[in-house]
Amino acid sequence: MLTLYGKDFNSRLLLGTAQYPSPEDLKHAVETSGAEIVTVSLRRESARARTGQGFWALIEELGCRVLPNTAGCHTAKEAIATAEMARELFGTSWVKLEVIANDDTLQPDLFGLVEAAQVLSADGFEVLPYTTEDLSAAERLVAAGCNVLMPWAAPIGSARGLINKDALKTLRAYFPDIPLIVDAGIGAPSHAAEVMEMGYDGVLLNTAVAKAGDPSKMAEAFAKAIEAGRLAFEAGLIEPRDMAAPSTPVAGTPFFKIDHAS
Amino acid sequence: MLLNGEPFATEAATLGELCANLGFAEAKIATAVNGSFIPASTRAATQLAPADEIEIVAPRQGG
Repeated sequence: MLTLYGKDFNSRLLLGTAQYPSPEDLKHAVETSGAEIVTVSLRRESARARTGQGFWALIEELGCRVLPNTAGCHTAKEAIATAEMARELFGTSWVKLEVIANDDTLQPDLFGLVEAAQVLSADGFEVLPYTTEDLSAAERLVAAGCNVLMPWAAPIGSARGLINKDALKTLRAYFPDIPLIVDAGIGAPSHAAEVMEMGYDGVLLNTAVAKAGDPSKMAEAFAKAIEAGRLAFEAGLIEPRDMAAPSTPVAGTPFFKIDHAS
Repeated sequence: MLLNGEPFATEAATLGELCANLGFAEAKIATAVNGSFIPASTRAATQLAPADEIEIVAPRQGG
């Protein structure tokens, strides 16, 4: 059971809603993933196209909890205003807080992120910050009132997997009681399984599913990998060792002879 | 004024009136003026000025 801000979820997969070939592909992917939380954004609405109105009807049909993001915001001020609009529009105090420092890496601006997290938490928001694996930023986010942390695995959309596994392990060790969700940079189900084996609480994905040849099948693959990784963590993994150790009993091996000559 | 980043001319005196003129009276939208959030409840009382920068946003796909 995944618990975020007092709400319980069976699925540990949070799914993004962007970049699918069609609305039907999105719908099927959400269904096969078993995701109970989907991320959405806010964008300018044209009076003629009214794109957002149709998209909202689709999201309502999914019946998932909605996690609005502040994607594309480059300052704390923009992110705060976007979060406020999202709270009214989606009727939720949850926000996936993004303050972007650099358009090439989509790296979080940790200073702006902490500033926005402080303001929003004080204003009653329940903030899920998209952050890096940096420990000092994580400490400040927790001090600002964040009860969930969402470090990246790698830059958004890069599909590179866990590029700084040691730092992600450090975060897990430092914050045993804060839900940790890896957000961004996951490319393959094996990456998701790996982070779940490390004791992470969940995985937030978008591109790896939406851009797959068959998004619905990939969503299922990720769901299974995340479940497998979680089960492995709960079961307790054995420690790796340098040398071989026979798994079959040595005692009673046929034809075995002690070499008395030597 | 600027509406969603584009120059826009309107007779509307308030943000509420502007939203209604655009057909957004019952729509799933949120608004901001000059970078600050304007709640739906105060749109009718929000007077518009010629240099205002208005944002009208709606739900969209996101990661």
